[in-house]
Amino acid sequence: MAITMTKGQAGLTGNSAIAYAMKQINPDVCPAYPITPSTAVIEEFASYVADGAVTTELITVESEHSAMSACIGAAAAGARVMTATSSQGLALMWEMLYIASGMRLPIILTDVNRALSAPINIHCDHSDSMGARDSGWIQLYSETVQEAYDNLIQAVRIAEDETVQLPVMVCLDGFITSHAIENITLLSDEEVQGFVGEYNAKTTLLDIDHPVTMGAMSLPENYIDFKFQQSEAIARSKDTVLKVAEDFEKRFGRKYGLFEGYRLEDAEIAIVILNSAAGTTKVAVDELRKKGLKAGLLRPRLFRPFPFKELAEALKDKKAIAVLDRADSMNGFGGPVFNELRSALYDVPKRPKVVSRIYGLGGRDYKVKDAIAVFEELKTIAETGMVDTLQKYITI
Amino acid sequence: MADKKAVPLGGVIPEGGTADGYSTGGWRKLRPVLNKEKCTNCLICWVMCPDSAVITEDGKMIGFDLEHCKGCGICAMECPDKVKAIKMEEEAD
Repeated sequence: MAITMTKGQAGLTGNSAIAYAMKQINPDVCPAYPITPSTAVIEEFASYVADGAVTTELITVESEHSAMSACIGAAAAGARVMTATSSQGLALMWEMLYIASGMRLPIILTDVNRALSAPINIHCDHSDSMGARDSGWIQLYSETVQEAYDNLIQAVRIAEDETVQLPVMVCLDGFITSHAIENITLLSDEEVQGFVGEYNAKTTLLDIDHPVTMGAMSLPENYIDFKFQQSEAIARSKDTVLKVAEDFEKRFGRKYGLFEGYRLEDAEIAIVILNSAAGTTKVAVDELRKKGLKAGLLRPRLFRPFPFKELAEALKDKKAIAVLDRADSMNGFGGPVFNELRSALYDVPKRPKVVSRIYGLGGRDYKVKDAIAVFEELKTIAETGMVDTLQKYITI
Repeated sequence: MADKKAVPLGGVIPEGGTADGYSTGGWRKLRPVLNKEKCTNCLICWVMCPDSAVITEDGKMIGFDLEHCKGCGICAMECPDKVKAIKMEEEAD
Protein backbone atom coordinates (compact mmCIF):
# COMPACT_ATOMS: atom_id res chain seq x y z
CA MET A 1 0.00 0.00 0.00
CA ALA A 2 1.40 3.38 -0.96
CA ILE A 3 1.47 5.71 2.01
CA THR A 4 1.05 9.42 1.29
CA MET A 5 2.64 11.70 3.83
CA THR A 6 2.23 15.40 4.41
CA LYS A 7 5.04 16.80 6.56
CA GLY A 8 5.63 13.39 8.09
CA GLN A 9 1.92 13.00 8.88
CA ALA A 10 -0.17 10.18 7.49
CA GLY A 11 -3.65 8.82 8.04
CA LEU A 12 -3.18 5.17 8.93
CA THR A 13 -5.06 2.32 10.57
CA GLY A 14 -3.35 0.58 13.49
CA ASN A 15 -2.58 -2.42 11.31
CA SER A 16 -1.06 -0.29 8.53
CA ALA A 17 1.07 1.58 11.05
CA ILE A 18 2.34 -1.70 12.54
CA ALA A 19 3.12 -3.10 9.07
CA TYR A 20 4.87 0.16 8.18
CA ALA A 21 6.95 0.05 11.37
CA MET A 22 7.88 -3.55 10.52
CA LYS A 23 8.92 -2.40 7.04
CA GLN A 24 11.12 0.29 8.57
CA ILE A 25 12.63 -2.11 11.10
CA ASN A 26 13.21 -4.66 8.30
CA PRO A 27 13.46 -7.78 10.47
CA ASP A 28 15.43 -10.80 9.22
CA VAL A 29 12.57 -13.26 9.53
CA CYS A 30 8.77 -12.99 9.82
CA PRO A 31 6.93 -16.29 10.25
CA ALA A 32 3.21 -15.60 10.21
CA TYR A 33 -0.28 -17.06 10.02
CA PRO A 34 -2.76 -14.20 9.59
CA ILE A 35 -5.86 -13.99 11.79
CA THR A 36 -8.58 -11.36 12.22
CA PRO A 37 -8.22 -8.55 13.27
CA SER A 38 -4.42 -8.58 12.79
CA THR A 39 -4.63 -9.96 9.23
CA ALA A 40 -3.81 -6.68 7.53
CA VAL A 41 -0.49 -6.42 9.40
CA ILE A 42 0.81 -9.50 7.61
CA GLU A 43 -1.10 -8.77 4.39
CA GLU A 44 0.55 -5.36 4.05
CA PHE A 45 3.92 -6.57 5.27
CA ALA A 46 3.76 -9.36 2.67
CA SER A 47 3.36 -6.63 0.02
CA TYR A 48 6.52 -4.94 1.27
CA VAL A 49 8.31 -8.29 1.00
CA ALA A 50 6.92 -8.92 -2.51
CA ASP A 51 7.90 -5.40 -3.62
CA GLY A 52 11.44 -5.85 -2.34
CA ALA A 53 10.99 -2.97 0.12
CA VAL A 54 12.44 -5.21 2.83
CA THR A 55 14.93 -8.08 2.86
CA THR A 56 12.84 -10.09 5.34
CA GLU A 57 12.31 -13.82 4.87
CA LEU A 58 8.53 -14.18 5.15
CA ILE A 59 7.65 -17.73 6.18
CA THR A 60 4.04 -18.72 5.59
CA VAL A 61 3.34 -21.49 8.07
CA GLU A 62 0.38 -23.80 8.68
CA SER A 63 -0.67 -22.56 12.13
CA GLU A 64 0.21 -20.08 14.85
CA HIS A 65 1.88 -22.86 16.82
CA SER A 66 4.20 -23.26 13.85
CA ALA A 67 4.55 -19.50 13.48
CA MET A 68 5.90 -19.12 17.00
CA SER A 69 8.00 -22.29 16.61
CA ALA A 70 9.58 -20.81 13.48
CA CYS A 71 10.13 -17.53 15.33
CA ILE A 72 12.00 -19.45 18.03
CA GLY A 73 14.10 -21.37 15.50
CA ALA A 74 14.99 -18.25 13.57
CA ALA A 75 15.77 -16.29 16.74
CA ALA A 76 17.97 -19.15 17.98
CA ALA A 77 19.80 -18.88 14.65
CA GLY A 78 20.49 -15.24 15.51
CA ALA A 79 17.83 -13.49 13.43
CA ARG A 80 15.78 -10.43 14.38
CA VAL A 81 12.27 -11.87 14.31
CA MET A 82 8.78 -10.35 14.25
CA THR A 83 5.24 -11.67 13.88
CA ALA A 84 1.64 -10.67 14.58
CA THR A 85 -1.48 -12.46 15.77
CA SER A 86 -4.77 -12.19 17.68
CA SER A 87 -7.02 -14.20 19.97
CA GLN A 88 -7.11 -17.91 19.08
CA GLY A 89 -3.84 -17.43 17.23
CA LEU A 90 -2.11 -16.29 20.40
CA ALA A 91 -3.84 -19.11 22.27
CA LEU A 92 -2.41 -21.64 19.83
CA MET A 93 1.06 -20.15 20.37
CA TRP A 94 0.75 -20.67 24.12
CA GLU A 95 3.27 -23.45 24.79
CA MET A 96 5.79 -21.83 22.45
CA LEU A 97 5.45 -18.44 24.18
CA TYR A 98 7.00 -19.92 27.31
CA ILE A 99 9.80 -21.49 25.27
CA ALA A 100 10.58 -18.17 23.56
CA SER A 101 10.93 -16.40 26.93
CA GLY A 102 12.67 -19.31 28.67
CA MET A 103 15.28 -19.47 25.92
CA ARG A 104 15.67 -15.68 26.24
CA LEU A 105 14.93 -14.96 22.59
CA PRO A 106 14.09 -11.31 21.80
CA ILE A 107 11.14 -11.98 19.49
CA ILE A 108 8.67 -9.14 18.81
CA LEU A 109 4.98 -9.97 18.51
CA THR A 110 2.11 -7.61 17.80
CA ASP A 111 -1.09 -8.81 19.43
CA VAL A 112 -4.16 -7.10 18.06
CA ASN A 113 -6.42 -7.74 21.04
CA ARG A 114 -9.48 -9.87 20.33
CA ALA A 115 -11.83 -11.92 22.49
CA LEU A 116 -11.32 -15.66 22.94
CA SER A 117 -13.96 -18.22 21.96
CA ALA A 118 -16.54 -19.46 22.96
CA PRO A 119 -18.83 -17.95 21.81
CA ILE A 120 -16.73 -17.15 18.78
CA ASN A 121 -16.16 -13.43 18.44
CA ILE A 122 -13.77 -11.32 16.40
CA HIS A 123 -13.98 -8.05 18.32
CA CYS A 124 -11.87 -6.42 20.98
CA ASP A 125 -11.18 -7.51 24.49
CA HIS A 126 -7.98 -8.36 26.33
CA SER A 127 -8.60 -11.99 27.23
CA ASP A 128 -5.98 -13.14 24.69
CA SER A 129 -3.00 -11.14 25.97
CA MET A 130 -4.14 -11.41 29.60
CA GLY A 131 -4.05 -15.18 29.25
CA ALA A 132 -0.40 -14.83 28.24
CA ARG A 133 0.47 -12.56 31.13
CA ASP A 134 2.49 -15.18 33.01
CA SER A 135 4.35 -16.44 29.94
CA GLY A 136 7.46 -14.35 30.62
CA TRP A 137 6.84 -11.88 27.77
CA ILE A 138 7.15 -8.16 28.33
CA GLN A 139 3.77 -6.58 27.51
CA LEU A 140 3.26 -3.04 26.24
CA TYR A 141 -0.28 -1.72 25.73
CA SER A 142 -1.13 1.05 23.27
CA GLU A 143 -3.97 3.57 23.41
CA THR A 144 -3.63 4.94 19.89
CA VAL A 145 -2.26 4.11 16.44
CA GLN A 146 0.62 6.49 17.15
CA GLU A 147 1.47 4.72 20.38
CA ALA A 148 1.24 1.27 18.77
CA TYR A 149 3.69 2.42 16.07
CA ASP A 150 6.05 3.98 18.62
CA ASN A 151 5.77 0.98 20.98
CA LEU A 152 6.72 -1.47 18.25
CA ILE A 153 9.86 0.47 17.39
CA GLN A 154 10.82 0.74 21.07
CA ALA A 155 10.03 -2.95 21.63
CA VAL A 156 12.97 -3.96 19.44
CA ARG A 157 15.44 -2.08 21.62
CA ILE A 158 13.84 -3.32 24.85
CA ALA A 159 13.86 -6.97 23.77
CA GLU A 160 17.42 -6.93 22.45
CA ASP A 161 18.94 -4.95 25.35
CA GLU A 162 21.74 -7.12 26.68
CA THR A 163 20.41 -6.91 30.24
CA VAL A 164 16.96 -8.06 29.08
CA GLN A 165 17.04 -10.57 26.17
CA LEU A 166 13.34 -11.33 26.36
CA PRO A 167 10.43 -11.38 23.91
CA VAL A 168 8.07 -8.40 23.80
CA MET A 169 4.36 -8.31 22.99
CA VAL A 170 2.86 -5.03 21.75
CA CYS A 171 -0.90 -4.93 22.27
CA LEU A 172 -3.47 -2.72 20.57
CA ASP A 173 -7.24 -2.94 20.47
CA GLY A 174 -8.79 -5.03 17.69
CA PHE A 175 -10.87 -3.00 15.20
CA ILE A 176 -11.01 0.04 17.49
CA THR A 177 -7.31 0.78 16.95
CA SER A 178 -6.37 -1.79 14.30
CA HIS A 179 -8.97 -0.70 11.74
CA ALA A 180 -9.66 2.95 12.58
CA ILE A 181 -7.67 5.58 10.71
CA GLU A 182 -5.81 8.10 12.82
CA ASN A 183 -3.52 10.91 11.82
CA ILE A 184 -0.06 9.87 12.97
CA THR A 185 3.49 11.12 12.65
CA LEU A 186 5.82 8.64 10.99
CA LEU A 187 9.56 8.54 11.40
CA SER A 188 11.86 8.25 8.41
CA ASP A 189 13.39 4.86 7.60
CA GLU A 190 16.80 6.24 8.59
CA GLU A 191 15.48 7.42 11.95
CA VAL A 192 13.99 4.00 12.69
CA GLN A 193 17.13 2.17 11.53
CA GLY A 194 19.30 4.52 13.58
CA PHE A 195 17.14 3.92 16.64
CA VAL A 196 16.86 0.12 16.49
CA GLY A 197 20.44 -0.39 15.31
CA GLU A 198 21.90 -3.64 14.10
CA TYR A 199 21.16 -6.85 15.95
CA ASN A 200 23.98 -9.17 16.81
CA ALA A 201 22.82 -12.21 18.76
CA LYS A 202 25.25 -13.37 21.43
CA THR A 203 24.88 -17.00 20.49
CA THR A 204 23.66 -18.35 17.19
CA LEU A 205 23.09 -21.85 15.91
CA LEU A 206 24.57 -20.82 12.57
CA ASP A 207 28.00 -20.07 14.03
CA ILE A 208 29.49 -23.49 13.30
CA ASP A 209 32.90 -22.45 14.61
CA HIS A 210 31.35 -22.06 18.06
CA PRO A 211 28.69 -24.76 18.32
CA VAL A 212 26.16 -24.44 21.14
CA THR A 213 23.31 -26.54 22.48
CA MET A 214 20.02 -24.66 22.89
CA GLY A 215 16.76 -25.78 24.44
CA ALA A 216 18.41 -28.52 26.46
CA MET A 217 16.75 -30.32 29.36
CA SER A 218 17.21 -28.96 32.86
CA LEU A 219 16.15 -31.05 35.84
CA PRO A 220 15.79 -30.21 39.56
CA GLU A 221 19.55 -29.48 39.77
CA ASN A 222 19.16 -26.19 37.91
CA TYR A 223 15.68 -25.55 36.39
CA ILE A 224 14.76 -23.18 39.22
CA ASP A 225 18.04 -21.30 38.76
CA PHE A 226 17.17 -20.58 35.13
CA LYS A 227 13.72 -19.40 36.18
CA PHE A 228 15.25 -17.19 38.88
CA GLN A 229 17.57 -15.68 36.27
CA GLN A 230 14.61 -15.10 33.92
CA SER A 231 12.51 -13.55 36.68
CA GLU A 232 15.31 -11.12 37.54
CA ALA A 233 15.69 -10.20 33.87
CA ILE A 234 12.02 -9.35 33.34
CA ALA A 235 11.95 -7.35 36.59
CA ARG A 236 15.04 -5.42 35.38
CA SER A 237 13.43 -4.76 32.01
CA LYS A 238 11.31 -2.02 33.61
CA ASP A 239 14.39 0.20 33.74
CA THR A 240 15.17 -0.64 30.13
CA VAL A 241 11.63 0.34 29.08
CA LEU A 242 12.23 3.76 30.67
CA LYS A 243 15.74 4.08 29.24
CA VAL A 244 14.52 3.28 25.72
CA ALA A 245 11.55 5.66 26.10
CA GLU A 246 13.93 8.41 27.19
CA ASP A 247 16.11 7.96 24.11
CA PHE A 248 12.99 7.83 21.94
CA GLU A 249 11.82 11.15 23.39
CA LYS A 250 15.24 12.73 22.97
CA ARG A 251 15.35 11.77 19.31
CA PHE A 252 11.74 12.13 18.24
CA GLY A 253 10.01 14.24 20.91
CA ARG A 254 7.25 11.85 21.95
CA LYS A 255 7.27 10.97 25.65
CA TYR A 256 6.37 7.57 27.09
CA GLY A 257 6.57 6.14 30.58
CA LEU A 258 5.48 3.05 32.47
CA PHE A 259 1.96 4.50 32.57
CA GLU A 260 0.09 7.63 31.60
CA GLY A 261 -1.66 9.79 34.16
CA TYR A 262 -4.41 12.07 32.91
CA ARG A 263 -5.44 14.86 35.30
CA LEU A 264 -4.33 12.36 37.91
CA GLU A 265 -2.14 14.40 40.23
CA ASP A 266 -4.88 16.25 42.13
CA ALA A 267 -7.61 13.67 41.42
CA GLU A 268 -9.55 12.19 44.32
CA ILE A 269 -11.18 9.45 42.29
CA ALA A 270 -9.60 7.60 39.38
CA ILE A 271 -10.24 4.99 36.73
CA VAL A 272 -7.42 2.62 35.78
CA ILE A 273 -7.89 1.25 32.27
CA LEU A 274 -5.81 -0.14 29.39
CA ASN A 275 -5.59 0.74 25.70
CA SER A 276 -8.17 2.62 23.58
CA ALA A 277 -10.89 2.86 26.25
CA ALA A 278 -8.60 5.31 28.05
CA GLY A 279 -9.43 7.84 25.31
CA THR A 280 -13.13 7.52 26.05
CA THR A 281 -12.43 7.82 29.78
CA LYS A 282 -10.43 11.03 29.23
CA VAL A 283 -13.52 12.66 27.69
CA ALA A 284 -15.51 11.65 30.78
CA VAL A 285 -12.76 13.07 33.04
CA ASP A 286 -12.91 16.41 31.19
CA GLU A 287 -16.70 16.58 31.44
CA LEU A 288 -16.70 15.81 35.15
CA ARG A 289 -13.86 18.25 35.83
CA LYS A 290 -16.03 20.99 34.29
CA LYS A 291 -18.60 20.16 36.99
CA GLY A 292 -15.95 20.38 39.68
CA LEU A 293 -15.47 16.65 40.30
CA LYS A 294 -11.83 15.75 40.86
CA ALA A 295 -11.70 12.81 38.46
CA GLY A 296 -8.55 11.37 36.89
CA LEU A 297 -7.24 8.49 34.87
CA LEU A 298 -4.28 6.13 34.97
CA ARG A 299 -3.50 4.09 31.89
CA PRO A 300 -0.80 1.43 32.34
CA ARG A 301 1.48 1.17 29.31
CA LEU A 302 3.73 -1.52 30.74
CA PHE A 303 1.75 -4.41 32.21
CA ARG A 304 4.56 -6.99 32.24
CA PRO A 305 6.63 -6.53 34.26
CA PHE A 306 3.94 -5.02 36.49
CA PRO A 307 5.31 -1.70 37.83
CA PHE A 308 3.63 -2.14 41.21
CA LYS A 309 5.75 0.41 43.12
CA GLU A 310 5.26 3.21 40.61
CA LEU A 311 1.53 2.54 40.28
CA ALA A 312 1.04 2.47 44.04
CA GLU A 313 2.98 5.73 44.34
CA ALA A 314 0.79 7.40 41.70
CA LEU A 315 -2.46 6.22 43.30
CA LYS A 316 -1.69 6.25 47.03
CA ASP A 317 -3.51 9.50 47.79
CA LYS A 318 -6.69 8.74 45.86
CA LYS A 319 -9.89 8.14 47.80
CA ALA A 320 -11.53 5.66 45.44
CA ILE A 321 -10.30 3.81 42.37
CA ALA A 322 -12.11 1.65 39.81
CA VAL A 323 -10.00 -0.76 37.78
CA LEU A 324 -11.73 -1.49 34.50
CA ASP A 325 -10.71 -4.79 32.94
CA ARG A 326 -11.57 -5.80 29.39
CA ALA A 327 -11.01 -9.43 30.41
CA ASP A 328 -12.38 -11.56 33.20
CA SER A 329 -10.11 -13.79 35.23
CA MET A 330 -12.93 -16.31 35.52
CA ASN A 331 -13.78 -16.78 39.16
CA GLY A 332 -10.56 -15.11 40.25
CA PHE A 333 -10.65 -12.04 42.49
CA GLY A 334 -11.80 -9.43 39.96
CA GLY A 335 -10.18 -8.76 36.58
CA PRO A 336 -6.44 -9.27 36.08
CA VAL A 337 -5.42 -5.59 36.28
CA PHE A 338 -7.67 -5.05 39.33
CA ASN A 339 -6.24 -8.05 41.10
CA GLU A 340 -2.64 -6.91 40.76
CA LEU A 341 -3.27 -3.22 41.27
CA ARG A 342 -5.27 -3.77 44.44
CA SER A 343 -2.47 -5.98 45.71
CA ALA A 344 0.07 -3.27 44.83
CA LEU A 345 -1.90 -0.83 47.00
CA TYR A 346 -1.97 -3.14 50.02
CA ASP A 347 1.17 -1.63 51.56
CA VAL A 348 0.08 1.98 51.13
CA PRO A 349 -0.51 3.59 54.59
CA LYS A 350 -3.91 5.07 53.67
CA ARG A 351 -5.24 2.45 51.34
CA PRO A 352 -7.72 3.79 48.74
CA LYS A 353 -10.95 1.87 48.14
CA VAL A 354 -10.52 -0.16 44.94
CA VAL A 355 -13.32 -1.79 42.95
CA SER A 356 -13.32 -4.08 39.91
CA ARG A 357 -15.46 -3.45 36.86
CA ILE A 358 -15.41 -5.78 33.85
CA TYR A 359 -16.41 -3.96 30.66
CA GLY A 360 -16.56 -4.24 26.90
CA LEU A 361 -16.00 -7.99 26.47
CA GLY A 362 -16.18 -9.16 22.86
CA GLY A 363 -16.16 -5.57 21.59
CA ARG A 364 -19.19 -4.29 23.51
CA ASP A 365 -19.09 -0.49 23.28
CA TYR A 366 -17.71 1.42 26.25
CA LYS A 367 -19.09 4.92 26.07
CA VAL A 368 -18.46 8.19 27.86
CA LYS A 369 -21.67 7.65 29.82
CA ASP A 370 -20.31 4.29 31.08
CA ALA A 371 -17.17 5.99 32.37
CA ILE A 372 -19.27 8.75 33.96
CA ALA A 373 -21.45 6.17 35.72
CA VAL A 374 -18.31 4.56 37.20
CA PHE A 375 -16.99 7.95 38.33
CA GLU A 376 -20.34 8.69 40.00
CA GLU A 377 -20.12 5.41 41.88
CA LEU A 378 -16.57 6.32 42.90
CA LYS A 379 -17.78 9.71 44.12
CA THR A 380 -20.23 7.99 46.47
CA ILE A 381 -17.55 5.56 47.67
CA ALA A 382 -15.16 8.48 48.31
CA GLU A 383 -17.81 10.38 50.26
CA THR A 384 -19.10 7.49 52.36
CA GLY A 385 -15.97 5.35 52.58
CA MET A 386 -18.26 2.40 51.89
CA VAL A 387 -18.08 0.01 48.95
CA ASP A 388 -21.45 -1.32 47.90
CA THR A 389 -20.36 -3.64 45.11
CA LEU A 390 -16.72 -4.71 45.01
CA GLN A 391 -16.84 -6.38 41.63
CA LYS A 392 -19.33 -6.40 38.81
CA TYR A 393 -19.82 -6.36 35.06
CA ILE A 394 -20.71 -3.06 33.41
CA THR A 395 -21.73 -2.25 29.81
CA ILE A 396 -24.30 -5.06 29.99
CA MET B 1 27.69 -25.79 38.75
CA ALA B 2 29.25 -24.42 41.93
CA ASP B 3 27.46 -21.07 41.94
CA LYS B 4 23.82 -21.98 41.45
CA LYS B 5 22.92 -18.48 40.31
CA ALA B 6 25.56 -18.35 37.58
CA VAL B 7 23.73 -20.48 35.03
CA PRO B 8 24.23 -19.69 31.33
CA LEU B 9 21.68 -17.27 29.83
CA GLY B 10 18.58 -19.06 28.58
CA GLY B 11 20.10 -22.47 29.24
CA VAL B 12 22.55 -22.23 26.34
CA ILE B 13 25.26 -24.86 26.67
CA PRO B 14 28.41 -23.38 25.14
CA GLU B 15 29.30 -26.53 23.17
CA GLY B 16 27.66 -28.91 20.73
CA GLY B 17 27.03 -32.66 20.78
CA THR B 18 26.39 -32.70 24.52
CA ALA B 19 23.96 -35.65 24.24
CA ASP B 20 27.07 -37.81 23.93
CA GLY B 21 27.86 -37.17 27.57
CA TYR B 22 24.40 -38.15 28.76
CA SER B 23 24.01 -41.87 29.31
CA THR B 24 20.51 -43.02 28.38
CA GLY B 25 21.36 -46.74 28.38
CA GLY B 26 19.88 -47.09 31.85
CA TRP B 27 16.39 -46.45 30.46
CA ARG B 28 16.55 -49.73 28.55
CA LYS B 29 14.18 -52.60 29.35
CA LEU B 30 14.90 -54.61 26.19
CA ARG B 31 18.43 -55.09 24.85
CA PRO B 32 19.18 -55.55 21.11
CA VAL B 33 21.27 -58.63 20.41
CA LEU B 34 22.97 -59.05 17.02
CA ASN B 35 23.39 -62.39 15.25
CA LYS B 36 26.56 -61.71 13.22
CA GLU B 37 26.01 -64.82 11.07
CA LYS B 38 22.62 -63.69 9.78
CA CYS B 39 23.54 -59.98 9.37
CA THR B 40 24.04 -58.87 5.74
CA ASN B 41 25.41 -55.40 6.70
CA CYS B 42 22.62 -53.60 4.83
CA LEU B 43 22.84 -50.92 7.56
CA ILE B 44 19.10 -50.20 7.59
CA CYS B 45 19.37 -50.38 11.41
CA TRP B 46 22.13 -47.75 11.33
CA VAL B 47 19.92 -45.47 9.24
CA MET B 48 16.82 -45.96 11.39
CA CYS B 49 18.30 -45.85 14.92
CA PRO B 50 17.00 -42.61 16.52
CA ASP B 51 19.88 -42.51 19.01
CA SER B 52 22.79 -43.19 16.64
CA ALA B 53 23.54 -46.23 18.79
CA VAL B 54 24.40 -48.65 15.97
CA ILE B 55 28.18 -48.94 15.66
CA THR B 56 29.79 -49.57 12.28
CA GLU B 57 33.32 -50.16 11.15
CA ASP B 58 34.52 -50.21 7.53
CA GLY B 59 30.90 -50.17 6.34
CA LYS B 60 30.01 -53.17 8.48
CA MET B 61 27.59 -53.41 11.38
CA ILE B 62 29.56 -54.48 14.45
CA GLY B 63 27.21 -53.89 17.40
CA PHE B 64 25.43 -51.42 19.66
CA ASP B 65 26.44 -48.49 21.81
CA LEU B 66 24.69 -49.69 24.96
CA GLU B 67 25.55 -46.44 26.81
CA HIS B 68 23.00 -44.68 24.59
CA CYS B 69 20.66 -47.39 23.23
CA LYS B 70 17.27 -46.93 24.93
CA GLY B 71 16.01 -50.32 23.76
CA CYS B 72 13.23 -48.99 21.53
CA GLY B 73 13.50 -51.99 19.18
CA ILE B 74 13.31 -50.04 15.92
CA CYS B 75 16.50 -51.79 14.67
CA ALA B 76 14.97 -55.24 15.26
CA MET B 77 11.73 -54.16 13.58
CA GLU B 78 13.48 -52.65 10.56
CA CYS B 79 15.92 -55.53 10.05
CA PRO B 80 14.62 -57.11 6.78
CA ASP B 81 12.17 -60.03 7.16
CA LYS B 82 14.46 -62.42 5.29
CA VAL B 83 17.35 -61.62 7.64
CA LYS B 84 16.04 -60.81 11.15
CA ALA B 85 19.52 -60.64 12.62
CA ILE B 86 18.52 -58.52 15.64
CA LYS B 87 16.50 -59.87 18.55
CA MET B 88 15.27 -57.89 21.55
CA GLU B 89 15.93 -59.67 24.84
CA GLU B 90 14.85 -58.77 28.37
CA GLU B 91 17.62 -56.89 30.19
CA ALA B 92 16.64 -58.79 33.30
CA ASP B 93 17.37 -62.21 31.76
